[in-house]
Amino acid sequence: MKSVVVNNISKRYGSKKAVTTALRGISFEVDKGELFGIIGPDGAGKTSLFRILTTLLLAEEGTATVDGLDVVKAYKAIRQRVGYMPGRFSLYQDLTVKENLDFFATIFNTSVEENYDLIKDIYSQIEPFKDRKAGKLSGGMKQKLALSCALIHRPSVLFLDEPTTGVDAVSRKEFWEMLRKLKEQQITILVSTPYMDEASLCDKVALIQSGKILSIDTPEGVVRSFGKKIIAVKSSNMLNLLADLKKTELLEDAYPFGEYHHAVLKNESNEHELKNYLQQKGYPFEIKGTDPNIEDCFMALMKN
Amino acid sequence: MFILLGMPVVQIIIFGFALTNEVKNSKIAILDPSKDAATTSLIAQMEASRYFEVDQVIHSAEEIEPIFKKGKIKLAVIFPANFNEDLQHFNKAQVQLIADASDPNVANTLTNYATAVIMDYQNRITSDRKLPYTINTEMRMLYNPELKGAYNFVPGVMAMVLLLVCTMMTAITIVREKEMGTMEIMLVSPMKPFRIVIAKAVPYLLLSSVNIASILLLSVFVLDVPINGSLVLLVFESLLFTLVSLALGLLISSKAESQQTAMFISLVALFLPTVMLSGFMFPVENMPLPLRTVSNIVPAKWYYSIVKSVMIKGIGLHAVWKETLILMGMLVFFLGLAIKNFKIRLA
Repeated sequence: MKSVVVNNISKRYGSKKAVTTALRGISFEVDKGELFGIIGPDGAGKTSLFRILTTLLLAEEGTATVDGLDVVKAYKAIRQRVGYMPGRFSLYQDLTVKENLDFFATIFNTSVEENYDLIKDIYSQIEPFKDRKAGKLSGGMKQKLALSCALIHRPSVLFLDEPTTGVDAVSRKEFWEMLRKLKEQQITILVSTPYMDEASLCDKVALIQSGKILSIDTPEGVVRSFGKKIIAVKSSNMLNLLADLKKTELLEDAYPFGEYHHAVLKNESNEHELKNYLQQKGYPFEIKGTDPNIEDCFMALMKN
Repeated sequence: MFILLGMPVVQIIIFGFALTNEVKNSKIAILDPSKDAATTSLIAQMEASRYFEVDQVIHSAEEIEPIFKKGKIKLAVIFPANFNEDLQHFNKAQVQLIADASDPNVANTLTNYATAVIMDYQNRITSDRKLPYTINTEMRMLYNPELKGAYNFVPGVMAMVLLLVCTMMTAITIVREKEMGTMEIMLVSPMKPFRIVIAKAVPYLLLSSVNIASILLLSVFVLDVPINGSLVLLVFESLLFTLVSLALGLLISSKAESQQTAMFISLVALFLPTVMLSGFMFPVENMPLPLRTVSNIVPAKWYYSIVKSVMIKGIGLHAVWKETLILMGMLVFFLGLAIKNFKIRLA
């Protein structure tokens, strides 16, 4: 059985005069125990989608099931078995770490001891601060606490809405490691993120923009389907270089990528011509071929 | 915009016309065993003034107490037998004025007006005589002989405090959960939404009980306001009113999206009407009909009148059952509306 099935979901906000369409006919399926990433920029509709799946919002069109249960009709049953971590830190700031955990265990009719093995790895990291108020924790620790609270009732599906936004790089890495471990417990995880580099850590990713899904595939599949040659270029004056790269007809696209600019060649055999073009500009530069990664694929998909 | 421009208009009208401490057309009772020329013309004069309206004529002194307890009349004018004879033979007569002083301001005003009318009559009949007539007025302030202001404001403060604590605080804390995002997580849990709301309301019910106790203790031991009626009844009515306030708070919380909105609605829609229309500051009887009609939907008006009856006048449930029923009806109505409006989802 599929863990999550979304079928042609559309969501609009606002009255007749000013309608904002958050989701336009989205469909996808998530297998049990899969780590499914929903990647997209701010305002793409990620939060709306999560709220529909966690029964907090009603979609205008389409149907969706979580654990085989309809999100509209069986909302009560779904609320028993999903874990949800909203994008904004939503625990009680004036309760301590331990009090928050106990509180959420109680409202889910369970106890911290009962499912401690599930959250042990995560909670043990914040346990030294268990008497600190949740509002006084650092961003990374808040996320760990929120994840512990979302897991305390051993949910079958976990919804994480932008869990790594506003968290430092080290904590982000740790967070994804925790998610991989949770996967071993057969918990289906849906995670949304605006960071494309996190896509490769998922089993499957859906790229979403302006309420539409651009592609759904495994990270490897996304890369394989790219089929274009990418050149990395570096120079002392990166700004001029980018401007020059954007001018030439040889390239499909050019964009900054870390310390290099990535140039997508229209034709694989054009690498030499690009070198000549840049030499005419008369500044030193460094050029090398590189393999496309998932970000390159998304840049290309979003451009079309 | 409407508030900015409409507010002064509404206020001028309300303060200018409706909320006056002046007393008009107050219902009075007359006990007149002598029924002679003097009393008849004196009664006619009283009725001719715009302050008084004779509501009933009674025939014995025993009837006075019950009609005051019913709260129908504000003042009783009692003439002795042989009023005119006394006046003619001894040039001296007595009139007794009994006022319902559970509202000391009104009682004071009324007795002053009545005395003025009587003096006026006395001067008129004396004008062509050498030996002057004297009509002595003897006043009795029922329920509140010392005309203490506390008798008036203790019930009013009780209504206000309970309303503020219950309605405003309940509304604000629930809306706060929405603002903080904690409501979002709570909804995605097996907790029934209704249980969340009840859990938010119970602490304020307890707090209010403490408030009721402290107000009552202070008024009895510090302000010397006695509890003349049954304490159990008073506490029961107060709890009833507290529940009505809680239901109103829940209703506001289901509509308001931010703490400011919740506070604004509580203040404008509840606090102001409570102060102005409950009868606590300004007597409701003198307001024009539209305002009197509006005052009927202000729960505090009914609670205020119950507390006054039970605490100051010392009367039992038989006299306040109507008000109690109205409060119960309001409780059912507002609670039903609040539950119906409670959102099980975010939007």
